[in-house]
Amino acid sequence: MTDENGSAATAQASQATSGSTDHRTLAEKVWERHVVHRAAGEPDLLYVDLHLVHEVTSAQAFEALRLAGRPVRRADLTVATMDHNVPTTEGPVSDPTSARQMEALATNAKEFGITLYPWGSGGQGIVHVIGPEMGYTQPGLTIVCGDSHTSTHGAFGALAFGIGTSEVEHVLATQTIQQQPARTMAITVEGDLPPGCSAKDVILGIINRIGTDGGIGHVIEYRGSTIRALSMEGRMTICNMSIEAGARAGMVAPDDTTFAYVEGRPYAPSGVDWERALEDWRSLPTDDDASFDTEVTLDATDLRPFVSWGTNPAQSVTIDEEVPDPSTFDGTKREAAQRALTYMALEAGTPIRGIRPDTVFIGSCTNSRIEDLRLAAEVVRGRRVADGLRALVVPGSVAVKIEAEREGLDRIFRDAGFDWRGAGCSMCLGMNPDILQPGERSASTSNRNFEGRQGKGGRTHLVSPGVAAATAIAGHFTTPEDL
Amino acid sequence: MEPVQRVEGRAMPLDRSDVDTDQIVPARFLKRIERTGFGEFLFAEWRQDPGFVLNDERYAGATILLAGANFGSGSSREHAPWALEDYGFRAVIAPSFADIFRNNCCKIGLLPVELPQESVRALMDAVLDDPSTTIVIDLEALTVTAPTVQESFPFDDFRRWCLLEGYDDIDLTMRHVEEIAAYEAARPGWLPTA
Repeated sequence: MTDENGSAATAQASQATSGSTDHRTLAEKVWERHVVHRAAGEPDLLYVDLHLVHEVTSAQAFEALRLAGRPVRRADLTVATMDHNVPTTEGPVSDPTSARQMEALATNAKEFGITLYPWGSGGQGIVHVIGPEMGYTQPGLTIVCGDSHTSTHGAFGALAFGIGTSEVEHVLATQTIQQQPARTMAITVEGDLPPGCSAKDVILGIINRIGTDGGIGHVIEYRGSTIRALSMEGRMTICNMSIEAGARAGMVAPDDTTFAYVEGRPYAPSGVDWERALEDWRSLPTDDDASFDTEVTLDATDLRPFVSWGTNPAQSVTIDEEVPDPSTFDGTKREAAQRALTYMALEAGTPIRGIRPDTVFIGSCTNSRIEDLRLAAEVVRGRRVADGLRALVVPGSVAVKIEAEREGLDRIFRDAGFDWRGAGCSMCLGMNPDILQPGERSASTSNRNFEGRQGKGGRTHLVSPGVAAATAIAGHFTTPEDL
Repeated sequence: MEPVQRVEGRAMPLDRSDVDTDQIVPARFLKRIERTGFGEFLFAEWRQDPGFVLNDERYAGATILLAGANFGSGSSREHAPWALEDYGFRAVIAPSFADIFRNNCCKIGLLPVELPQESVRALMDAVLDDPSTTIVIDLEALTVTAPTVQESFPFDDFRRWCLLEGYDDIDLTMRHVEEIAAYEAARPGWLPTA
């Protein structure tokens, strides 16, 4: 424990936190124990336990360090991989600019002494998939990465957020980050998920409710019986999309599900250290009488599978509904809805089930883990992808791919007509050759339906892995239950 | 970083909310390993439309971008502020900003100025009506001044001080290097290392 620093920090007025010193939320506890320096009128300087690095947002940071003659302070707390640019098919990297960016990371990792899981190695994968699976991601840590979906790691009760390249440079040089005070938000989800609904539908439902800016300035804590009943992978899916609600981070209190997931992983504590860690982690959950700045509740039993119809993740309806009429929205949301429908080439009143995608993408840091692939494989087993539809499965990491192949999931997907690919971010953001063509429509298990996100002119509908798999078979949006 | 005290200039009205960083600079242009040259990719898709405001000659040379709420949402790519800055913008005025984008702007001296929705609307109307309208953003006094609008804006004290003085964040943090070392010495041994 960091008693010295922690108690020194809490002795001062708690500018970063709204609760009293005795009754604190999970976020406040993790924040307080990482305060290195606090002074009135300044942001807190927080220590960073784990800095994850990938090829797209780090090159300029390393170059700036080099120019200033600064070393990396804690290479041993820094882990790098290649994910955004990497091809998911065999053969060399066809795009020379992608290759150059990957080579730059390899050179930088070597020069600064940073552990790297490069393309082609067994440890490679999406940075937010490999951190948890190797056991780097643990409760109570502060974790940063030059990627907004760093919020994923909050599923373990870590305080994890995305940062820009200047901040990457700052963390490399100092192992700390300046953080402005955050507000706390509790999102409580209660009840059993209806059949066919998954963690993805919970988070799409939350974003639909609070909007893309509902979480600005807040660290969200997801609570309630629905969240407690989810696996770690489901919790990661939810925390992953916290940024889509504008939140600075999303967290779930660690519990026995968390500990069971972490135990035995390569970088998890073991032996006596495991016992010490457990004792510490059990002290992290929000105190019963702590209060939050904002509270939202959701009844899970009301949920249905969600499908986005627009160009931001809040523009969604349930699969049983129709594309909405923009005139039913107020103010700027009305214009945004009209613009979105034009871009998406959709007409108000069209049943969601009547929309026919050209491509189905199962992958991304939101939904590319083994449970996602098992669920999707179960849906497509013994069936065939609809004629003319392209379907691909991109495992989140080499480890996920190997496990899926061990279980025979690759055969199920291939037999159904899916492409079975290598690990990476792939079509989530189209930095590698996996892109939508202009005007092409996708059903995607990823996190962003922004204009052109999956390729210039591409039209993205966000869905769960179950809906994606069923849609690939039916050729139009549908659920596994309806096949 | 160069100190920033004041931005005075004409403004470009981008009357849209939830402008995400994928629109500001699409992912396929993020492969450069340099920090410069992103201006030509600014709003790369939207500017294909001849009617898009970036192509409107009347707003050429504007140094202030006026936009709707939740500007800069989505990806943490600092390439978005780099592209705005490289194109020639020195400030963005909007009703609200995404957190990471706001942070990234402050790191490079591009001012994210938050004004109430009505004031942003009034500025947009003024600029739509007369593209030669000059807007003055005074970071020292925390005011935005235009012929029809006089408004103060909130700005974090520390960030304001850093921008006014042009301080380097890493230099500032290194003043606390002994505290960092003391913190490190007290960290439990079971925490993960690579």
